Amino acid sequence: MGSKRMSGWWPQLVFVGPVTIFFLLIMIIPFLLGMYYSFTDWNGVAGTVNWVGFDNFKQIFTNDSDFWSSFWFTIRFTIVGVLLTNLVGFFLAYLLTKKLKSKNVLRTIFFMPNVIGGLLLGFIWQFIFVKGFSTVGDMTGWSFFNLPWLGDETTGFWGITMVFVWQSAGYLMVVYIASLTNVSKEVLEAAEIDGASRFQVLRGIILPLIMPAITVCLFLAISWSFKMFDLNLSLTKGGPFKSTESVALNIYAEAFQNNRYGLGTAKSLIFFIVVAIITLIQVRVTKSKEVEA
Amino acid sequence: MGTKKYTGKLFITEAVMIIVGLLFLAPFYFLLVNSVKPFGEIMSNSASWPQIFKWENYSRAWELTRFPQAFRNSMIITVVTVILTALISAMGAYRMVRANTRFNRILFMLFVAAMVIPFQSIMIPLLKVVNVMGVNNSMVGLIMCYLGLGAPLSLFLFHGFIKAIPLEIEEAATVDGCNPITVFFRIVLPLLKPMLMTVIILNCLWVWNDYLLPSLILQKPDMRTIPLATFAFFGQYTKQWDLALPALVLGIAPIVAFFLLLQRYIVEGVAAGSVKG
Repeated sequence: MGSKRMSGWWPQLVFVGPVTIFFLLIMIIPFLLGMYYSFTDWNGVAGTVNWVGFDNFKQIFTNDSDFWSSFWFTIRFTIVGVLLTNLVGFFLAYLLTKKLKSKNVLRTIFFMPNVIGGLLLGFIWQFIFVKGFSTVGDMTGWSFFNLPWLGDETTGFWGITMVFVWQSAGYLMVVYIASLTNVSKEVLEAAEIDGASRFQVLRGIILPLIMPAITVCLFLAISWSFKMFDLNLSLTKGGPFKSTESVALNIYAEAFQNNRYGLGTAKSLIFFIVVAIITLIQVRVTKSKEVEA
Repeated sequence: MGTKKYTGKLFITEAVMIIVGLLFLAPFYFLLVNSVKPFGEIMSNSASWPQIFKWENYSRAWELTRFPQAFRNSMIITVVTVILTALISAMGAYRMVRANTRFNRILFMLFVAAMVIPFQSIMIPLLKVVNVMGVNNSMVGLIMCYLGLGAPLSLFLFHGFIKAIPLEIEEAATVDGCNPITVFFRIVLPLLKPMLMTVIILNCLWVWNDYLLPSLILQKPDMRTIPLATFAFFGQYTKQWDLALPALVLGIAPIVAFFLLLQRYIVEGVAAGSVKG
């Protein structure tokens, strides 16, 4: 029988072997090594790795305000970014599932920024913020466009957020569209006949039914915004004066610019733990709100 | 049902959405019109239609970024990575579903759990591993990294898909004397086509656009991918917008063309890949 043929040791080796080798080599070993290095003073040059116990963590927790301000920046960015991309993505999807004539073209337009990498998008927007905005500001006289975009902490934060929403809303829109088209028309029509308002239908019927999509979209948006690196690098490089530096950028700079690899891996470990906790909580919370459709 | 008229309300919705769509496109307008202007005109008015088209901006950017080379590097890395990742993950997932041993169940759990690990948490020791293996500064090393990093999600997607494929066809083929490898390539792989598309598309977008990993592994200028070449160019010609903008247009052109050609599959692939994110 088939199961018998599949039970030899060599199919196991041939089928599972390759993917497992790369997985162990590229993810698991570095992950374990990282745990070890976070307790050392490794500086990237081979041969000089000393065990320093909890020194790195002590330093991070007592004497590294830059790291914590980058954490605070990342948290603020994540909260605002996740809310806005999901709101924009959902409403685009909600309106595009109506019988619009241009819905296919619009779907393409809204998704398009997403296929371009964050680095190039950031550079494009640097031009928009620096030159485009000032031109529009001159033409319209709106002070919004004449702010010092990317030049101070506030405009840097909102500039990155704006580009992030522009980039990722289209992706979430696609996920929401897939879910919204599965909501049964009969249920919606029944609600309409019963005299439910549009808002009641949205809150009482649509939102609970698309909860699985909301779970996925929150998960994706949190994961993107918390690990944001490319946009940050190409828009502000963390400046001015590190006021818009994300955790990912801070870790990168610690290791590859300051050559403090041990300290960098300790920060990476803290970063991992926080990401893991957030992910677990978030999946728990949204899963518990899903309803059977 | 489904025969509602095109009402006035719908018309207003449509109009609003078209305006929003144009706003979404506005950055591309600024990018394109200014990429063919002389520097002075970019500075004096960045919103206007170009008075003269200075196509020479493009030929200079083409040469200075060494675009053909960067394009070729990006192509090689993306194509090889995407094909190999799809293949080894599909094979692994297939075996894990069909040979449901305790070992395979634990291994699968490990793959799923690893999806939580952010790349930035392992990048520093990963470089060490790459150095020890002696594949630093090479495309082979970079591709090996992508195979490991891309495996968890790809394998997870295939795993869910294969579980829904009935076993009977494979059993019949086995009775007919096919060995497991023939069964996989002749029978299972064709059945995986929808999920293969999804996995290939998701990995394509990721690898093609990735900046951080290649920047850590590829140091030689002649190995630069498009994001690396663009980054280096931007550093050198900051604020020289008449060169930087055409370079950016060149940089985004391949992936935008890819998207417009295959948009139906890409949008479907994204939706399918996220349902079980």
